[in-house]
Amino acid sequence: MNRRSLVDALIVLAVVALFAVPLLLDGGTSEYGGTDATVTQELEADGYTPWFDSLFSPAGEVESGLFALQAAIGGGALGYVLGRLRGRRLAQDAGTAAP
Amino acid sequence: MHIAEGFLPAGHAVGWTVAAAPFVVHGARAVVKEVRENPESTLLLGAAGAFTFVLSAIKLPSVTGSSSHPTGTGAGAILFRPPVMALLGTVVLLFQALLLAHGGLTTLGANAFAFAVVGPWVGYGTYRLTRWLGGGLLPGVFAGMVLADLATYVTTSLQLALAFPDATTGLAGAAAKFLGVFALTQIPLAIGEGLLGVLLFRVLTVNARPELERLGLLSPAPVPAAGGAA
Repeated sequence: MNRRSLVDALIVLAVVALFAVPLLLDGGTSEYGGTDATVTQELEADGYTPWFDSLFSPAGEVESGLFALQAAIGGGALGYVLGRLRGRRLAQDAGTAAP
Repeated sequence: MHIAEGFLPAGHAVGWTVAAAPFVVHGARAVVKEVRENPESTLLLGAAGAFTFVLSAIKLPSVTGSSSHPTGTGAGAILFRPPVMALLGTVVLLFQALLLAHGGLTTLGANAFAFAVVGPWVGYGTYRLTRWLGGGLLPGVFAGMVLADLATYVTTSLQLALAFPDATTGLAGAAAKFLGVFALTQIPLAIGEGLLGVLLFRVLTVNARPELERLGLLSPAPVPAAGGAA
């Protein structure tokens, strides 16, 4: 493994640790509710009533599926672009290396 | 940072929509101009949009026992300047408002102002400041992306405080309350986002060197592949 891949791997590891360590230390005591939802609950508890409802609200598991779809579209597109850029560089490298 | 549908009083909803609209229109023109004048940018523009699409979909746990999501808007702002992200960020918010009931149409203006205008501009400004102070590309990317993320959530907190000032402590008290919900939770996420940004730009400095040179992020290297990352 060269130095470059090692640094990349360490960065990935740091990102994973950043989110895994709090989860492990927590020991299952926290709910991990979303901050957006926390605010709406506080406002509703203070007596605010939203005056407009979402046109379409996905129920239960459909919502998590649609979130996964959003991540999949983004991840897929990002992978496609990075793959194409890498392929382009490799082709150029091969082109300049050839006699 | 998504203010839920119907959760801003009508006056505030209209006000933020009016405030965000010129940025989004200007951003749409910036995207069209970029693609027309530099068709080779299309791939990287796609990467910038895709990056914010993924990151804003992923809810991550934080040290506070709450979870939240990163924004991913700093990368595109650093690559293409902030106006481009005003459009791309708003597209992400529209997707989430229409399909996921996350955010909303009445709060789209306020959310776009925080996520697609303030975040990208703060990120870009931080990046430029870091470079101006002599920092390299990757430190600039890290600082820019961390602060783009944080600035978005600070803006959301202030927007909520403006709409719902506390009965006794007023605007400052409400701002402290909403910042208490958002800001602390967001710090580890912002750092994680900065690290992912560094990873992305490490890949780009190797594989998209011509684009980064043309966009002014890297100065042309006399010897190819000399050292790679800054």
